[in-house]
Amino acid sequence: MTSIENLKKRAQLLQKIRAFFIARDVLEVETPCLSQHTVTNPYIESWVVFPSPCPLPPVVEGNSEKIFYLQTSPEYHMKRLLAAGSGSIFQICHAFRVDAHSERHNPEFTMLEWYRINFTLNDLMDEMDELLQLIFQKQKATRYTYQAIFKKYCSFDPLSISFEALKKFAEKNINIKNFTGDRDDWLSLTFTHLIEPNLLDTIFIYDFPASQAALARLNPRDPRVASRFEVYVDALELANGFHELNNAQEQRQRFIDDNKKRQQLSLAPIELDEKFLDVLDKLPDCSGVALGVDRLAMLALDVKSIDEVIAFSIERA
Amino acid sequence: MATYSTNEFKPGLKIMIDTSPCSIVENIIVKPGKGQAFNRVKYRNLINGRVVERTFKSGDTVEAADVSDEEMQYLYHDGEFFHFMNTTSFEQISATQAIVGDAAQWLKEQDPCTVTLWNNVPIVIMPPNFVNLKIVDTDPGVRGDTATGGTKPATLETGAVVRVPLFMTIDEVVRVDTRIGEYISRAKAE
Repeated sequence: MTSIENLKKRAQLLQKIRAFFIARDVLEVETPCLSQHTVTNPYIESWVVFPSPCPLPPVVEGNSEKIFYLQTSPEYHMKRLLAAGSGSIFQICHAFRVDAHSERHNPEFTMLEWYRINFTLNDLMDEMDELLQLIFQKQKATRYTYQAIFKKYCSFDPLSISFEALKKFAEKNINIKNFTGDRDDWLSLTFTHLIEPNLLDTIFIYDFPASQAALARLNPRDPRVASRFEVYVDALELANGFHELNNAQEQRQRFIDDNKKRQQLSLAPIELDEKFLDVLDKLPDCSGVALGVDRLAMLALDVKSIDEVIAFSIERA
Repeated sequence: MATYSTNEFKPGLKIMIDTSPCSIVENIIVKPGKGQAFNRVKYRNLINGRVVERTFKSGDTVEAADVSDEEMQYLYHDGEFFHFMNTTSFEQISATQAIVGDAAQWLKEQDPCTVTLWNNVPIVIMPPNFVNLKIVDTDPGVRGDTATGGTKPATLETGAVVRVPLFMTIDEVVRVDTRIGEYISRAKAE
């Protein structure tokens, strides 16, 4: 386990975060960890939970046993609260993903997620910057568009480069064999290998390609990009935020596209969360962001491994 | 044939890459919040010693390399081959000058060393990190000059040349760090 000293520092960090939002009149909420639905994103793998003793493994076809998922983020539940009129809200909760345990990952981790009514993406980036300055006592973040950061480190325009030229560039600069994927997979490969390691200090990247919109709305001035931003501190991915899409039809189509991609990757499709889609049209204009609290603690405490900021990692849990 | 999945990767694991046995030096899992996962791996090619970085898609498998490190005793050099013995089984193996490489200059008969075997054939010889060797040739030291930290070259009994303090003389024994090829201290003659 980690030291009690580190756990005390972590507790102080959580208190600072709570004080930050309470001072801004943002309501703290709690939503279920255990849900009947989960995300469709093909690259996020959920933990499936079923009652014990289980008569049949839940993956067997025709098995009618009700299964539940551990949340990969509190996003859908929180948006349902927003649609019900909660006003601006924040939550500090545990989220779960089937990821290998590494220096930067534990399958169970702590997430800070908050939503601000009538905030543009820019407003939310400003607030994120204030929170990070409060915690790290560092200067303001530098902001780049997704397009600008590719031009800076890879000298090509990610929005207009041809698929062939993109593949050629990645294959020339990254030592990887048998890589296949669509345009976004190749962009993601390039980003993680040739850009992310350079993102020292505090860097915000915004206006991601429309194909990576996830749950963000498209930029009305330039529909090639989505109003989404990510935060990097010392080359560590820390947060991911959206100007939230509140069009159920458009969101449904993206979920269906996710399931198509899942099929191409030989992954089981995920049943769409109709409780979420039912109320999405009622979501007020808002921006929201999720931040990895363990990683924030790693940076604040200046430690290399997530194991040093959590009480017990998965191997000791 | 044994294989390893990327989720078994860890430093020290021996894998086959492009027909060469390699040892993983560093394994970093790259998992963007909303993208595909990779393992960024640094590995040492055990044949040529080069460290290379390569990315694997998480879930990929690679062939295991039948590589093992064995503690052996260095016996002698017959002009062509270096001979080693497993001190438990008394089994002997031989390695060419090309395999022994720079390690040769630190090998003293009867000393222990680490022999890396690939399919039971030696591919790397590692001397101990520290060895005690006798000086067989060096210029006389300058009297009284022991405090200034001056050094001079000295030839050791195995043929290695290291810089030693000026006060060291022929037949004295020095302790050397073989990883950097540097004098550490004076040692007792055996």
